[in-house]
Amino acid sequence: MRQSILVHRNHFFLKIALLVSILAIVAYVWHQPFERPNGGTWLGYTLGVAAGGIMIWLSWFGVRKRQYGIGILNLEDWLSGHVYLGLTLAVVATLHAGFQFGTNIHTALYILMMIVIISGLLGLYFYIRFPLLLTENRRGMTTEIMVQQIADLDRELRQLAMNLDDATNAVVLKATQETIVGGSVVQQLRGYDSSCATAMARLFVERSESNGEDARRRQLLTRMVRKEELLKRMRRDVQLRCLLKFWLVFHVPFSIASLVALLVHVVTVFYYW
Amino acid sequence: MSSETFRVAIVGSGPGGLSAAAHAAKLGVSHVLLERADHLSDTIYKYQRGKFVMSTPDILPLRSDVTFGAGKREGILANWDSQIEELKTNVRFNAEVVAIEKSQAIFKLRLADGSVVEAENVVLAIGLQGNLNKLSCPGSDLPIVQYQLDDPEQYEAETIVVIGAGDAGVENAVALAKQNSVIIINRESEFARVKQGNLTLILNAIEKADIQCYYNAEPVRVEAKAIILTTAEGEARVPCDRIIARIGAAAPRKFVESCGIIFPNAERTSLPEVSSTYESNVPGLYIIGALGGYPLIKQAMNQGFEVIEYILGNKLEPADEPLLQKKFAGLGGADVDAIITEVRTAIPVFGNLNPLLLRETLLESDVHVIKKDGVVFKRNDYTSSFFTIMRGRVDIQFNALDPTQVITLPTGSFFGEMGLISGRRRSATALAATDCVLLETPRRTMLKLIKSVDSVRRTLDQTAIMRQVQTHLAPGVSVADLQALVNTAELKRFKPGDVIFNQGDKGEDMHLIRAGSCTVSMRVGGRDIVLSYVPSGNYVGEMALLSDAPRSATVKAAHATETIQIQGDAFRALLNSQPSLKEKVETKFRQRIMQNEQMQRRPEAGGIIQFLIEQGVGEGTDVLLIDESLCVHCDNCEKACAETHEGISRLNREAGPSFARIHVPTSCRHCEHPHCMADCPPNAIHRAPDGEVFIDDSCIGCGNCERNCPYGVIQMASPPDAKFNLFSWLLFGKGPGPGDEMAFDEANYANQPHGEKQKRAVKCDMCKDIAGGAACVRACPTGAAMRVSPEEFMSVALLGQ
Repeated sequence: MRQSILVHRNHFFLKIALLVSILAIVAYVWHQPFERPNGGTWLGYTLGVAAGGIMIWLSWFGVRKRQYGIGILNLEDWLSGHVYLGLTLAVVATLHAGFQFGTNIHTALYILMMIVIISGLLGLYFYIRFPLLLTENRRGMTTEIMVQQIADLDRELRQLAMNLDDATNAVVLKATQETIVGGSVVQQLRGYDSSCATAMARLFVERSESNGEDARRRQLLTRMVRKEELLKRMRRDVQLRCLLKFWLVFHVPFSIASLVALLVHVVTVFYYW
Repeated sequence: MSSETFRVAIVGSGPGGLSAAAHAAKLGVSHVLLERADHLSDTIYKYQRGKFVMSTPDILPLRSDVTFGAGKREGILANWDSQIEELKTNVRFNAEVVAIEKSQAIFKLRLADGSVVEAENVVLAIGLQGNLNKLSCPGSDLPIVQYQLDDPEQYEAETIVVIGAGDAGVENAVALAKQNSVIIINRESEFARVKQGNLTLILNAIEKADIQCYYNAEPVRVEAKAIILTTAEGEARVPCDRIIARIGAAAPRKFVESCGIIFPNAERTSLPEVSSTYESNVPGLYIIGALGGYPLIKQAMNQGFEVIEYILGNKLEPADEPLLQKKFAGLGGADVDAIITEVRTAIPVFGNLNPLLLRETLLESDVHVIKKDGVVFKRNDYTSSFFTIMRGRVDIQFNALDPTQVITLPTGSFFGEMGLISGRRRSATALAATDCVLLETPRRTMLKLIKSVDSVRRTLDQTAIMRQVQTHLAPGVSVADLQALVNTAELKRFKPGDVIFNQGDKGEDMHLIRAGSCTVSMRVGGRDIVLSYVPSGNYVGEMALLSDAPRSATVKAAHATETIQIQGDAFRALLNSQPSLKEKVETKFRQRIMQNEQMQRRPEAGGIIQFLIEQGVGEGTDVLLIDESLCVHCDNCEKACAETHEGISRLNREAGPSFARIHVPTSCRHCEHPHCMADCPPNAIHRAPDGEVFIDDSCIGCGNCERNCPYGVIQMASPPDAKFNLFSWLLFGKGPGPGDEMAFDEANYANQPHGEKQKRAVKCDMCKDIAGGAACVRACPTGAAMRVSPEEFMSVALLGQ
């Protein structure tokens, strides 16, 4: 079977990232400027240019990902490089700053950049972990099949409830009509619904007194439990898929913000030189 | 009594006859056209109303004084009627010829009404349809039985029994089913003889219960309002209002023989032989059209024109002469007849073709003049044509590792025949050993020949068996040593899921798989465990032979499969005489035992094979699979496909089943024998040299391929509107993003041209026109998407990982 982007091409990009990071650290330790290390020394400039270059290359991923059928490298190569060089950026940029932070545009850039890197790490974790969780959760079913099964159960539920008392019938009907999977982003991310109409209906049927309709009630309950199980899985599916996209809400805007900050940073540095 | 002796009497006013009469009229030759019915061209007249008549073969130019092109039955008939009248053709309707006698170079044609027509020459253009096969059971003369269907809409709310599972029967049944209750009677257990399109129609109709079908059934007796059938379950009485029997047509042999014409053999389907000027063994008596073996309208019309010229003693180049001349231009200006004679004498497999069929075959073939050491094809090429050596010799490098090992084929032999059988890559490289001239015949043409000419099929089969045994089973063993084994070998065909042999069976025969593939499974603890997938080019069944025990496993065809069944005794004798071969077979035997042991301990790998076979992956050559443990459901594969293919994605990632982390999305597998190719009217579906099955621009949007694809990977679509470029979307949010379609633009709607856009079939073409390979795989950020060949992927070694 295939290997993940972390081991892609026998760790080729990890090796490059390590090489760049180690070179930067060795140079930083070896280099003894007159003042404390900062972005203004020759090494500082070198690291700065490298960090800026890496940032621009990393941002280009957003474009490259949408260019299809071109290039020598596959998108997988790009993503593998994106991940490792992104981590290298944290090292190179920190050394470029010489561990000096303050309340200025330069540190603002640093913070924005770190938000992008950390959100990227979160995304990486999701990308590595979730595919298996998704697969296990689905147990070979597609969304379509799950929806179909729920629709079938709903039909059976309505039929069974028709011969029961009005209150039960109303609750079951509500369960078949008002059960929601997904919804707002918060609902999607939560992965469960505390006011799920089906769960409510099950509780109602469990608690209500039986009037000699035990068999029908039992049938009703087994179907509701089955539906709840399916709903649970679907909500989990929605949650995982939402998370797979949700981290980008931080990653992308902050990467654009850091690009803007990078521009300001470069302009101000040269302006006050 | 007729006082006039015509120069030529033409019997039958079908396409051939009317074309002959028209030419005679045009030239002012005294003639008469005798037609049994009261209208021209009775066969086409009796076609289903509104039937679309084709004008194949397209490559052949029409040579006639009457025009003809593909179109509706009604238009064609009206056109002929008016042209025949314009040319002042001498037609006698209601003139059925019952006997033709010849005395002193004058033919006397006796008509049904007792009158006699005299002529110096006779052109027999009666076709076959005038002699429809009739039901032979009692009651077949009752009025509810008919042998023709003119207009299916003429009948309503009737119960109609259609007898016959050929194209005519199926077409009638399907057309009638619209407003009647139809029952079709099939003598066999399947519809094996019909065109692919008709097959789909009838099977769909049966499945939807629009038509009821009796398989393996024969009529026994017809009653006033019912038909009695024998079926597998005994006799069945089927009440009905009407019986339509479409059970073929044959040459009216009695009549033809009474004219003195000799048939080459006693078979029912046999046709009389004619010379290259269409003259039969009776001088002055000519045969054209279906009776002479040419059932196509255009061919018959050309023959009608030509036969008149021949009768006048004119030499005439056949209509295809300029085309053939062009084809043979590379051979140094030799004349076409000489080359055709050379082909006939030099190439035995074409030796028995009649001159016209040979011309047609050559017309569809290519002539290659290749210098010494020139490459004909390379191993792993994805071509499927058939080569014959007209001049020179060809070397076949059969060993991939050692190109110095060659078999040299002499003039007259053929190669590339594996391409006709299995749709896989070339298994050897072919090089010109000397300067040579080769004929390359397309797969379709050869398959047609194999179907229609027995001698071609026999020659090919025998040589193919020998070569396959030599290539896959006993490399390095001489033809002489293998002869005994090959002589007793038999070709076997299996349908998907058919058992080739069962675990525990007695039997020692081996099967060399020459097309398709199989699964080997074993029953362990009450469960079937798939042990391996065996692609074509391998053998199964040697274990029972070597271990002298019953079959140790069950072998099933994974999809349509052809094997060479080799007798156990013959193989044992071969092994005893070839120690090195014995060694090799025994090594393989030990490997298989070990592999089987391993697989029994890892049933999940067998489960994957089983799952993939069930999804039909086994018959693919290049399949898109998704590793679900890596897929992040970003759909970038679909977007990549759409963006590189006119905005329409040819794959559906989420659809399709999954098993043990492997997901088979809905996407083309580029089958070994593509189902989609089977019935494409404009022949728009091709296989590219690298194996991609693709649809070219000549697609007419008929939807046959979409219906024929069992995997639902072809869709009918019209190209969507153009979109803004990526940066306008990325930076300014203009228009839809990658992979999305342009939204309906209401404001602009009025300015756009209206009318339905032509839909065309679209499918995966494996990005054959894009450098760098499949866009879907290259656009997968996590490497979950992969394209694999089933042989490789289902090899045990890989599944072990």
